[in-house]
Amino acid sequence: MSDHRAQHADAWSEPTAAYATESPTPADPAGPTAATAPVTPADAADAARLVALGLQPKLLPARDAEYAELLRRYREEPAFARLADAVATGLGLVVLEVSTRAGMAVTAGEDSVFAVRMGDYARRASSDSADRFLHGLAHLAVAAMAFPRPEDLADDAYIGRITVNGVDSFVRQACHHLEERAEEHGDNTDPATDAPGLEEAWRIYARRSSTGATKDARRLAGSTTGIVGKAVAFLTDSGFLQRTGDDAGGAFRTTARYQLQVRDMAGNAAMAELLELGVVPVTDGTATLLPPPGPDDLELVADAGLPFHA
Amino acid sequence: MTSPAYTDNAAPQLSAGPRPAPGPAADEGLSRRLRALACTAPLHDLDVRKANLAGEYTVYAMAEVALAAIDHVTLNMDFDTGADHGQIVTRLLPRVAAQAPRRPAAEHERVARWVLENLINVGSVDRGFRAVYGTFGPDGVYVRRDYDFKLIEEVPGHGGTVYLRATDEAVNVLVGALDTDVTSAQIAAEVKLEVLISRGRLADAQLAAEQARYRTVQYAETLRKTLEATRRNVRAVDWLNAVPDMIAEALDHVADRYRHENAILTNIRKARDEAEEPEHKRRAAELVDIVKDCIRRHTQLQSRLLEAGPLFRAEQDRQAFATPTARTGLDLYGQLVVPLLPLPVEQAIRVTDAFFARGTGLRTPTSVRVGDLVDMLLTPPLEREHLGAEMPEPDLIATPDDSRFSEEQLASAMELLDLEHDAPRRLSGLLAEARRRDAELPYLVALLAVHAASPPVGTAYRQGEQRLLFSVDDGTQLDDPEFGGADLIVGTALLDAAGMAAGRSEAS
Repeated sequence: MSDHRAQHADAWSEPTAAYATESPTPADPAGPTAATAPVTPADAADAARLVALGLQPKLLPARDAEYAELLRRYREEPAFARLADAVATGLGLVVLEVSTRAGMAVTAGEDSVFAVRMGDYARRASSDSADRFLHGLAHLAVAAMAFPRPEDLADDAYIGRITVNGVDSFVRQACHHLEERAEEHGDNTDPATDAPGLEEAWRIYARRSSTGATKDARRLAGSTTGIVGKAVAFLTDSGFLQRTGDDAGGAFRTTARYQLQVRDMAGNAAMAELLELGVVPVTDGTATLLPPPGPDDLELVADAGLPFHA
Repeated sequence: MTSPAYTDNAAPQLSAGPRPAPGPAADEGLSRRLRALACTAPLHDLDVRKANLAGEYTVYAMAEVALAAIDHVTLNMDFDTGADHGQIVTRLLPRVAAQAPRRPAAEHERVARWVLENLINVGSVDRGFRAVYGTFGPDGVYVRRDYDFKLIEEVPGHGGTVYLRATDEAVNVLVGALDTDVTSAQIAAEVKLEVLISRGRLADAQLAAEQARYRTVQYAETLRKTLEATRRNVRAVDWLNAVPDMIAEALDHVADRYRHENAILTNIRKARDEAEEPEHKRRAAELVDIVKDCIRRHTQLQSRLLEAGPLFRAEQDRQAFATPTARTGLDLYGQLVVPLLPLPVEQAIRVTDAFFARGTGLRTPTSVRVGDLVDMLLTPPLEREHLGAEMPEPDLIATPDDSRFSEEQLASAMELLDLEHDAPRRLSGLLAEARRRDAELPYLVALLAVHAASPPVGTAYRQGEQRLLFSVDDGTQLDDPEFGGADLIVGTALLDAAGMAAGRSEAS
């Protein structure tokens, strides 16, 4: 394989000396390889090939010799690495990590052609804000269940395991807890009829049925397990989850890519949005499940992210 | 003197003007009752809407069928599963059939199914109900509120099946006055039961026992949810005090109930065996079944409780004793999910959108060539395999017919034994008549007559049979060349099929 590439490089090296200087990442004097060998179109082709492989998230470097070789080049040749990064950036991709475990982990930038839009994801979601919320929440809940503690999200070796029904009951439990708290306070929390946007978010989830019988024995798409099922199926297609069984509506385990995606992209973005809404207290970053903010939570024990209630 | 005009004239520091309504605290009782009232609305609604169905359905009491359906679903709720759709429909059928015995069975099934589907409210996307009611807020402003509730909900079971569960609202509608502590309410019911039994009031005792069973089911449901939360995250649950206390409490409860119910069981068994009146005997027997069921549920509860400890230790090994990482991560649940859920949807949706946009990964856009498109559009759609793979033709081997009696002989014997209910006959006479027809027939008749000495009453009762063959020994010796023993009196008893059907639905 490497011999082959070497031949290519020789064939292209002469007429393309000019290319190298025009490439998006000009050769950096810091890189020793770059100093000795200028970047050639063959290198550009290989860099683009690496990005292309990264665009196939289900592909495992361990099972593809070419992929593994390109990854080795990325790690060992800074110039090649910069070239590959530049190709990715030009395509509107963000490089999360390049390693043998995750491969060339790239994800779509905000306005990239590779980005997933809610309207394409679920047709109802574009018109119905409740459905839109539920689909978003399903993805968040899958991540939260896959990485229940902050340490799990930080630990590269951690593999999360989820089931569709588990995610559903996890969110339901949280909703149930909120409902109980509201009742304890004696507030009448039934939402006002003519202001649907002001309804508390958990009610939408709690109200939706968790499953339903259909004529052809498929999952009811509008039910919460249907929505979570769609989310995990989509994430599986994205190479973020791997199916491990059929128990409890489908069992899955996480991949390295998913951890990266949640840790570096989604979590932060959602966090930023929450902060903008002014609802998250600044924490000292200690690894605990934090009780929800608010003065009325003082009676909860510190670690009770999901307080026990019988 | 207390007219509004007078108050208006009073000094402002004494009164801030007429208050439109008392504060939310006083309104709360009213709104709770309004919500309780709303839970019954779907049942009334069934009887209103039955007129709109195509066909003449006014003869059916839909609310009654609906309540029976909720009963069946509640009783079938266990730890892992609820009731099956088909099972509930089947159990409803005797009641529906009793309401309109002359209508075809298909219609009965249609009615049962219609009621069940309406209790689930299959037509709506949430599969639930919504009632609107008004309250006065703390500031005296009248607000209309939505109350969303379900009566029967569908939950996922093993292997993708869907099960039915009665919601708390439904159980409250059904049993009533459940706004109390589950444990103490159950104890109260048990005590009541014991008193009732000691006074020999079995009809009331059965009612109390059934109520105790509803509470048992509800208690198990609470514990199931609790254990599920325990499984999820070790740290989310207080394993130092709360859970061990709860488990100890629950085990105590199981032990206590087990002892208690065994005592009741002994008592009722005695009552059943000693009862003179058949009605009392029957009710006591049913009570024994109910209490046995309670004990079974408690045993199940106990085994779940015993699993909790090892589960905790395994999870702790996995979660707590791993080497800590240097990095600290984002706490997805505590920092995102929990703060997000109480937000208004308008705001929460911004956060979920942000997570969705960056958390779903990427999709390579598909571009279609016209040539492929034509091919794709012209490809006939793939037939969906409804029936699965074709079954191989089974290789059948005819077994030799080694029955002692032929079908004709059986028919002949049955004809002989098809007696008028008010005219029983002696076995000797039947045998003689049989011998005239066929030399082998007396053996079959004798066999059937002996069998009828212990008639399968239970089976006949369950299957709703109209009549039953029985035989009684009155001490007369049988005088017959081939057979010896008692000259049995063989007769036919008429059974009250409709009464039994009603009795069956009440019992279950």
